[in-house]
Formats: sequence, C-alpha cells, structure tokens
Amino acid sequence: MTQIAERRELRDDGLSGLQLSTRLKNIWRTPSGFFGALMSVDHKVVGRRYIVTAFVFLLLGGILAIVMRVQLAGPEKTFLSADKYNQIFTMHGSTMMFLFAVPVMEAFAVYLVPLMVGTRNIAFPRLNAFSYWIFLFGGCFLWISFALNVGPDVGWFAYVPLSSLQYTPTKRPDVWAQMITFTEVAALAVAVEIIVTVFKQRAPGMTLDRIPLFVWAMLVTAFLVMFAMPSIMVASTSLILDRLVNTRFYDSSSGGHPLLWQHLFWFFGHPEVYIIFIPGTGMVSAILATFARRPVVGYPIVILSLIATGFLSFGLWVHHMFVTGLPQLGAGLFTASSMLIAVPSGLQIFCWLATLWDGRPVYRTPLLFVIGFIVIFVLGGLSGVMVASVPIDTQVHDTYFVVAHFHYVLIGGAVFPLIGAVYYWFPKITGRMLSESLGRWNFWLAFIGFNVAFFPMHILGLIGMPRRVYTYTADMDWAHLNLLSSGGSVIFALSFALLLVNVIHSLRSGALAGDNPWDASTLEWATPSPPPPQNFDRIPIVKHRDPLWFDNESLPVVAGLSVERREVLLTSLAEAEPQIREASPAPSIWPLLTAIATAIFFIGSIFTPWAVLWGTPPMAIALIGWFWPAKTREDEE
Amino acid sequence: MRTALVPFATLPLAACAGRQSVLDPQGLQSDQILRTFFIFLIVAAVVWIAVVIVLCVGMLRRKRAAGQPLALHQSFERTSGRVVFVLGVATLVIVLGLSIVSYAGQRTVFAKDENALTLKIIGHQWWWEVRYEDDSPNKSFVTANEIRIPIGQPVKVELESADVIHSFWIPSLTGKMDLITGQKNELQFTAKTPGVYRGQCAEFCGLQHAHMAFAVLALPPDEYVRWRDKENESAKSPTEPLGKQGEQLFRARGCALCHTVRGTLAGGQLGPDLTHVASRTTIAAGTLPMTTATLGAWIADPQHIKPGNTMPKMPLQSDELIAIIHYLEQLK
Ligand code: HEM
Ligand SMILES: [Cu+2]
Repeated sequence: MTQIAERRELRDDGLSGLQLSTRLKNIWRTPSGFFGALMSVDHKVVGRRYIVTAFVFLLLGGILAIVMRVQLAGPEKTFLSADKYNQIFTMHGSTMMFLFAVPVMEAFAVYLVPLMVGTRNIAFPRLNAFSYWIFLFGGCFLWISFALNVGPDVGWFAYVPLSSLQYTPTKRPDVWAQMITFTEVAALAVAVEIIVTVFKQRAPGMTLDRIPLFVWAMLVTAFLVMFAMPSIMVASTSLILDRLVNTRFYDSSSGGHPLLWQHLFWFFGHPEVYIIFIPGTGMVSAILATFARRPVVGYPIVILSLIATGFLSFGLWVHHMFVTGLPQLGAGLFTASSMLIAVPSGLQIFCWLATLWDGRPVYRTPLLFVIGFIVIFVLGGLSGVMVASVPIDTQVHDTYFVVAHFHYVLIGGAVFPLIGAVYYWFPKITGRMLSESLGRWNFWLAFIGFNVAFFPMHILGLIGMPRRVYTYTADMDWAHLNLLSSGGSVIFALSFALLLVNVIHSLRSGALAGDNPWDASTLEWATPSPPPPQNFDRIPIVKHRDPLWFDNESLPVVAGLSVERREVLLTSLAEAEPQIREASPAPSIWPLLTAIATAIFFIGSIFTPWAVLWGTPPMAIALIGWFWPAKTREDEE
Repeated sequence: MRTALVPFATLPLAACAGRQSVLDPQGLQSDQILRTFFIFLIVAAVVWIAVVIVLCVGMLRRKRAAGQPLALHQSFERTSGRVVFVLGVATLVIVLGLSIVSYAGQRTVFAKDENALTLKIIGHQWWWEVRYEDDSPNKSFVTANEIRIPIGQPVKVELESADVIHSFWIPSLTGKMDLITGQKNELQFTAKTPGVYRGQCAEFCGLQHAHMAFAVLALPPDEYVRWRDKENESAKSPTEPLGKQGEQLFRARGCALCHTVRGTLAGGQLGPDLTHVASRTTIAAGTLPMTTATLGAWIADPQHIKPGNTMPKMPLQSDELIAIIHYLEQLK
C-alpha cells in the first residue's frame, strides 16, 4: 500500500463525503472561461471534443458520399465534373478513414479507458490535449484545402506515380500527404497514452484477467497503431520528399519503384482497418454483456483472438496487390494468411453468439445495433474470404464488389457498433438518455438503408463496374442497380439525421440517466453521469471482472491520495498492485501553442522546404514552455 | 436473403448484354474463376445462413428479459468454451480447404502456354496502345483501343505503362493485371466463343479513368488472319479530291504531330495510331461508338467529350473538318 510520507499534506482519508468530492472537483476541474477551455487536459473534455469533431467529419464525409451517389444514380450524369468527382471520392475515403473512423475510436478510448480502469485522468494528459489539437488542425487543413479547390484527387491510397509531381503537379497530393502526417502524430500520441494508462494506472486489484474487454480491445489497437504508423510515415514522407526536393524513392526511371509505395502503404493500410474494427469489437463486447445480462462467454478466447488478429493483420498486406504481377506461389501464401484471420474473427463471433444464446437479452437500441453488426459484418467477412482468393480477386479487385465488401466490414464492423456505443454511453457522457423510440427508427433505417445501398454493389462489381469512375454509359446495364443503391444510401443517410435529432433533443430534454441506467458491470458506471472532473472520489479496488455485478457489497476503495494536488495512483503491470502516487499535470495552454507551431511547420513545409528551418524555433519555444519544470513536488511512493 | 435474390433475377439480362461481366464467362480463365467463385459463394452462403439462424434461435429461445445479471453456470461455460473451440477448428479447416481450392484455380488461370500469340499493350492516360509483335514483320503492327484475337488460341499480352499505373481487365475473358510504370507484367487468356467483349481500365489513373475502355473482338481463326493481313498494310492514299484534301489537312492542321498513319508522312507518337481507325468499333478508348457523327464531334471538340485528355481542340473550319472526317473514314 502507499506509504504515509511524513508531510502534513491532506489526504482523501482525512475527509469524507461531500467535502471530499467538492475538494477534488476544485483541484481537477477545467478552468472556466474561453481560455480555460483551451487549457483543458481533462480526458473527458478532450475525449468529448474528439468524439464531436470526429462525428462532424463523419457528417462531412457522408455528405460527400451522398453527392457521389447522386452522380452515379444514372448513366452519364453531369451533376459533378470528373475533376470534382475525383476530389470527392478521395476526400470521402480520406475523411472517413483518417478523420472519422480511427479518431472516433481513439476518442471513445480517451473518454472511457481511464473511467473503465478506475483512474482520475489519462496518462500524459497534456499530450492528449496536444493530440486533439493536431487532429483538429489536420482535419481543418484538409477541408479548407478542399474548399479552395486544392482537395486531393488521387484516391485515399494515393498511388504513385499518379500522385508524383510529374503526373499531379498541383499541391493536391501534398495536402493529402501532410494531412496524413497530422493524423499520424495524433494517433501515435493517443496510442502511447492508452498503453501507459492501461499498463500503469489500473485500479488496484484489476489484474490482467479483470480488464474489461473494451479496454483490452483498445490496448491491442494502440499497439497496432504503434507498429503500423511508422510505415505510412516513411511512405508519406518519402512521397513529400519526392515531390518537394526531388528525391527519387518512387521514380522507376532512376532506380526507385512505384510498388515500394504500395508495400509501405498497405503494410500500414491493412492493419489500419483492424485499427478501426478491433475497437468496434470492444464496443460489441461491452454492449452485449450488459444487455444479454451476462458476461461475454469465453473472456480468454476473446482476448487471445484480439491479440491474434493484431498479429495476423500485419501478415496480409499483399492481398491488396494481387494484380501487380507477384510470383504465384507467394501470392497463394498471402491468400492463406488472409483467410486465416477468419479464425480469430470467427472465434469472437461464436463467443458473442453463445453469450446471446445463454443470456436473457433486453432489446434496447444498443443491442439492436450489435445484432445488426453481426448480420452485416459476417457477410462482409465472408466476402473478404472471397477477395482473399487470388483468382477471384483478379476479377473483383478495384470493382464495386470491393467497395461493397469494405463498406460491409467498415460500416458493419465499426459504424454499427459505434452507433450502438453512442446510445450506450451517451447517458454516461451527458447524464441524459437518448430516446428509445427514435433509436428504434434509427436502427431500422440504418439497417435497411445500408443493405439496400451496398448489397447491389456486389452485383455491380461482378457485372463489370470498376470503382472510382465518375460516370458510365447507358448501355452498360448498371443503371438500375446504381439507382437502387443511391436510393438506399439516402435512407441510410436519413438514419444519421435521425441520430442527430435524437442527440440534440435528448441533450435538452432526455430523461435523466443516473449513475448506471443499464445496470452495467464496469467501473465507468460506478461514478455519476456525467462523471465529475476527478472521475472517482475514491479509487475503487477491483476484486472481480464485473465489479458492479458480482461484488455485492458497495465497491471497496483505496485511500491515501492527495486532495491538495492532482494525483493518480500507479499500479503494477500484471497484478495491479499499488506502487506510487504520481502527480498528474494541471491545465496548460502550451499543448495548444505547440500544436499551432507544429501545424505551421507542417503546412509551411509543403510550400517551401525552408519551413523545416524557420518552423523549428517556434516549436522549440513551445516545447520549452510545455516542459518548463513545474513547482509541484515530484512523484512520491 | 430476399435482397440477395432480387439482383440475381437481373442476371440473365446482364448476360444478354454480354459485354463486360464476370458472370458471363467466354474464356477458359474466366470460366475457371467463376467456378472457384461459386464454390466460395456456396460456402459463404451456408456459413452466413447458419450464423443468422443461430442468432435468431438464440434470441428467440428465451423471451423473458432478465433484470438482474444472470448467475453463471459452470457447466454452460465449459460446454460453450468447447463448442467455440470446435467451431474455431472448423473455421480453420474451411479456410485451409478454400485456400487449396483457390490455389488450384490460380494454377489453372495463370498456366502459361509457350505458343501463345503475343501482343504488347501500353497504357497511356487515357487510352491503350496495342502492338502486335512477331518475328515476322508482316505480322507486326500497331493499333489502339481495340484488340482482335483468334478464338481457341492462347493469347499472351505483355503489359507496360507509358505514365501512371493502369489495369487491364476483360471480365468476360479473364481477371485483371496492372500495367506498372517501370515493370513488365504479362497475362494469358484464351477466348472460347467469338464475340465482342468490353474491357476497361480498373486502376484509378487520373482525371478520365472512367473513359479508358477498349474492345476485344474474338474472331474465328481464319477471319482473324484476314484482319491481321489487312491491318498490316499501310493506309491507302485517297484518290478523290475531298479525301486528298483531308489527308493534306491532317498534316497541315497538326493532327500528324501526334498521330501516325502508316504509309503517309504522318508519324506522330503521342496519340493512337490511326492507320486503320475507321475499322475500329469505338473512338476515344471506348467512349463513343464509331460513327461519322461521333468522329466529327470528337475532332471538333475532344475536350468536351473527354475533358482533360491530351488531344487539344484544333482550330478547324467546318469544311476542313468535313474533309478530315471524310479522309479518316477511308482509313479502314
Ligand atoms: C452514407 C454512407 C456511405 C456511402 C453512401 C458511401 C459510398 C461510397 C462510394 C459510392 C464509394 C466509391 C467511390 C468510387 O469508387 O468512385 C465509396 C468509397 C469509399 N468509402 Fe464510402 N460510403 C459511405 C460511408 C463510408 C464510411 C463510414 C467509411 C469508413 C469508415 C467509408 C469508407 C470509404 C473508403 C475508404 C472509400 C474508398 C475511397 C477511394 O476509393 O479512395 N465510406 N464510398
Ligand atoms: Cu487507366
């Protein structure tokens, strides 16, 4: 246990009830006012901003999707020019992948992981704030460029040599590549925070086998980010260098090779889809347990599957390159390794089915989305097994079949769980319930709209429609199915409009939630909704995997943390035994200033290499400000 | 499942059009791929239906919702653990089985024949240069955006790119293969039945990627030989005045800077070879059917029909345009 130091500092064992709560609140709260808000390092404030921002990008990306569907609804439509269409599908893909899907998952982790592991703030809270600002600036940079007609137009995987200076002499690919840099930095920062939070800040007693499945999922995701991002970093940096200072990484006429780009990109790009999907599985596990009224069957199997998925996801990038002229046997082996990932994914599905089978399900909106997830995702997974086959892929690669496939896995595997998660955690985050009847409408519109929009695309691909075409001729027999698909996507879009209505309406007049409206089992439900700045008045002690269900007494707690300054409890990695009390940083404006300096540096450098020089001093100054030794005492045991 | 049936009802229709469909195989390779595909499709359908049935039964078997979290029964946990394990092993067996099926199909699809007829295809933004190459010069010539091949004989295409990456795809005959800058790829296929098959670029290659198609005419062997011999000839110079004027304007107005017409002084290399342009079925890489009207529209303003393509709008008087079209129409 924590040792009592011989100081006369006030600890939480010296106070009780309301007094303790108020004191802690004052220490941990975000300063008031506009500037206070800019200084916030509270993981809940940052997480909330992150979530809202990511959803704004979902909305923007979704609007682009509808615009594309309007253009494709009939043959030879002139609603969009070729140039606009190409910018739009690139913006849609890049926004959805880099500014919505990955960040929104991280955002939920930033908000929920500290609560779920029973600590007061995320590890490295200032880095966390910095990460949000960088993400925000990167996203705005991309969208402002698009508004100025400098939106990227080379696809979300920006293949060279099309994206090279020779074939795209505008600034558009630079914008794309630098937006990647922004999101990389933001994602890596969050990954580090999550890993350290989970490893070192779990509540005492939360041993490795008592960590909630959602937290496990986010931990595995964080490791994927750590190992996948460097690859895209190398790729996009070399691209920028090729474009700006005439290096020749990808130039085949001087010894470079365009396939190098594809290898680097997909070594990142394939794990990327698991970076999106694995958090989805974590959400599914959390929701399923609560509404099936029992823990998920096979906790160790689910965790091992997550880890196996993580490892396998790095061994199959080549299946994106089956038609680049690879050696046949090598390609065949990547077929097998790609299909192998069906095993851990399958195991998880089986565990979830068993959970529903044994449970006594309560059909609330979050559970509906999980059921929709199973139906859709399994279909997407199976079409994934198809495209993993080399001969089949030579036909369907780069067609609408693949567009259908990856929307089934991305929307089925991540967006459905995510919307379920919104319904599930909204009460915790805002203190109010979302409307259940709107929720049902939302689900059915989404489920039907989604399938009507995307199922026909499988057939379109098979009857020869390539992806990324801005139009097609009337004699191609693609018109009916395209019209059907466009109709479906409007229904699908309506379901999101309904979600927005529900959120706005419930924020004002939703039913009050109380601490634990769903009678769920994990620690985030042990604190008020919305949680106070300090999260918990006293850090709980965990004795069970589902503490709120099976610890029949009220939660036991540890005592001994300071109530005069921000302190978190560090525990050991495996057994979560208390080790030391560590000071947690106070609000600060420096992360924002550093982010601004970094943004100037990044954006400047696409216009002149000299920005790398004159951009450095402001960044250095900001970092010095950030790391200026604070007056608070250092960590104590 | 009902959503699945509706689109399949439209399949026969697609088959009639028969131009560009994986589901309408007319080649040895596309046939094999479709067989592999159907095996996968059946397995996938069975698995998906099984999952949905288990899901539905699981949801329906206990109607009463529980308020309290359920007490766990050791026996259920143990059995379900075992069932999940067995299903995991079953999944493994299925995917290994499918991998083998896939590899067997792959071997057939990519089997090589040394005696194949060889052509070289070079991708350009946004058209296809087609070079028939043979040891004997009277079987070697250059054309564009249209390939004629004999049925029943393996054809080998060597794929290269003049600029960015493209992908060569004739769904009715075989799967696609990329044309990669600085790399040589090849693809073999054999057409079984005579017909016109449409192919299309499948790798995003810039502004007019959507308008980068081509036609494949699979012909009975004797017809193919007749076409080849004709294609090999140089263009015949027109004899009547309008044609002569057209030929002259073709050079004077700059067309010849980019286009070749064999047997004349026109020797440009930037655009498609036009020696026998009038015998082709489409213009502008499958963008429009070949007719007098479309030819005229194209030459009058190529940027209107295919914005951003490399061919500029040439300043032509309408009588000049008529003469040029008249000339081109004789290039059969
Ligand atoms: C309203 C919902 C959506 C609709 C109607 C939709 C529609 C489309 C369409 C039609 C394309 C193909 C564009 C083309 O090939 O020309 C496309 C591409 C894409 N979509 Fe979506 N989409 C939706 C949501 C999403 C979501 C939620 C994600 C990711 C989480 C996503 C990720 C992508 C990606 C990565 C591409 C590829 C872009 C590229 O080719 O560079 N989409 N989408
Ligand atoms: Cu192309």
